[in-house]
Amino acid sequence: MEFTEKHVEGLKDLLYRMADDLLILGHRNSEWTGLGPILEEDIAFSSMAQDKVGQSLALYEILHELGESDPDTVAFTRNDFQFHNCQMVEFPIGEYDFSLVRHFFYDHADALRFEALTETVFEPLQMVAKKFKGEIKYHTMHANSWLKQLANGSEESKIRMQQSINELFPHALGMFEPSNFEQELMESGLFIGEAALQQRWLDTVVPLLESYGYTVPTDAAPLFGGRKGVHTEYLQPLLDEMTEVFRIDPSAEW
Amino acid sequence: MYGNAYVENPAATNSLTANEDPIKLAEFEARIAAGEKIEPNDWMPEQYKKQLIRMIEQHAHSEIIGALPEGTWITRAPGFRRKLALMAKVQDEIGHGQLLYSAAETLGKSREDMTNDLISGKSKYSNVFNYPAKTWADSAVIAWLIDAGAIVNQLANSKGSYGPYCRALERICAEESFHLKYGHDNVVFLATGTPKQREMVQDALSRWWEPIMHFFGPPDKMSVHTEVLMRWKVKMGTNDDMRQTFLDMYVPKIWDLGLTLPDPNLKKNEETGKWEYTEPNWEVFKQVINGNGPCNKERLAVRRKAEEKGRWVRNAILRKDAKYVTPLA
Repeated sequence: MEFTEKHVEGLKDLLYRMADDLLILGHRNSEWTGLGPILEEDIAFSSMAQDKVGQSLALYEILHELGESDPDTVAFTRNDFQFHNCQMVEFPIGEYDFSLVRHFFYDHADALRFEALTETVFEPLQMVAKKFKGEIKYHTMHANSWLKQLANGSEESKIRMQQSINELFPHALGMFEPSNFEQELMESGLFIGEAALQQRWLDTVVPLLESYGYTVPTDAAPLFGGRKGVHTEYLQPLLDEMTEVFRIDPSAEW
Repeated sequence: MYGNAYVENPAATNSLTANEDPIKLAEFEARIAAGEKIEPNDWMPEQYKKQLIRMIEQHAHSEIIGALPEGTWITRAPGFRRKLALMAKVQDEIGHGQLLYSAAETLGKSREDMTNDLISGKSKYSNVFNYPAKTWADSAVIAWLIDAGAIVNQLANSKGSYGPYCRALERICAEESFHLKYGHDNVVFLATGTPKQREMVQDALSRWWEPIMHFFGPPDKMSVHTEVLMRWKVKMGTNDDMRQTFLDMYVPKIWDLGLTLPDPNLKKNEETGKWEYTEPNWEVFKQVINGNGPCNKERLAVRRKAEEKGRWVRNAILRKDAKYVTPLA
């Protein structure tokens, strides 16, 4: 089928959502470097952070080919209202339970999103989706093993994890905030749409959480906003920090 | 990253071989002289074990604490290329800590005990990490020159006698050589960049020069005689030798970039082939080692907070009866 301008707009919006999620969460996860609860976890979070930032770069490069600015300019010169990431990824790292649960929720969604995108009609995205699917497999394995261990570790660990699940679940649903282009994306075969993705995600994470012994909030209302540029008070300070050196001289090569 | 400023215990070095079985000791020394490696279950003198634990432990702590000054720049690195490279570099340093703790554990001290000794201030780590990384250029200078100094030292120590430590060091050196390339590339971009970038890197280099000179430890004429430790190949090469090797390799590269060093007396004596320099202030070095450097308290406080915040995680997963003594390298 012929792509209209609206299809391209929808595709760019989808790419921005994914790239911005990955950049911001990768940035947050990298904040554990040197501060993790055990060295092995320090290393694991850093490794996953590198994958995420690397994946965001690949998506910004696709956007660049679609006419957007180069990846450094896009990532290092926008303000918070120009970011399309969901709000969940921008929260500070908090305690380890919070970071682990966010990692679990996000990476299962990401794995399913890329899985779906291995069938997109847009070939450059199809290619990176196939590549990233292999990387994300290890992220979800890591998240699963920790959620399972800490459910059965100690009384404290179980309580902490359950609290973070309860706290984060509405934000996790916010990952699937519909875009203005759902119809265009679905009819063109670009993407299965957020509603279908959310269903696949629920079908995956709810049985897993229950099998580990957690309860899943049933009355959670999704917290939207991020996809449309509405963010929490945490995103702009993150961006100010991220761009601090870049802004000293944006024309310089670093 | 680790310098040669290994903090010895003078009381222990006086009678290193006392109370040891002379026949076993002779066999042990003959093996080392023949270039054999000592492995965890082999017989070894008590003091050999003690000095090695202390040394490997200090090295491991240096990697972990060393991740802090550079780590603060991960979230501020300008552009994707630098951000990804710095994340990978600091992750490597933490990985070195992991390798080294496991090497030290083969000698009977647990990682937990070592960590407790670090945060209580009982164990030392490389002095150089008690200085602040004030600007992005500091992180570049550290990645180039501190890692370069560490390679000089660690290459020498990888020829030492304790198998698990030597193998860990070989792996570490391979990774550090990438760090050095990253750091050099970073400094080149700054030194050949805009006036502002150039000013940043010159300022960082000038501030880091004394800590870099300190990095290799006090001059040989000032350091405690450690003949036995050299014979046992626990300590390889003298502090002055390491410093000379470093100066010979890197001062010309620094000058090539048009950067200056804050020592008017620094020059190579063409007759002796040795570098001449103003002795850095060793009183400052002692002060910093003893806890009075610009960042000692901050570094330990950050580490202590990380340990406290992570305690519930460790308690939930660690099995008290399990032993973790398999060397990773």
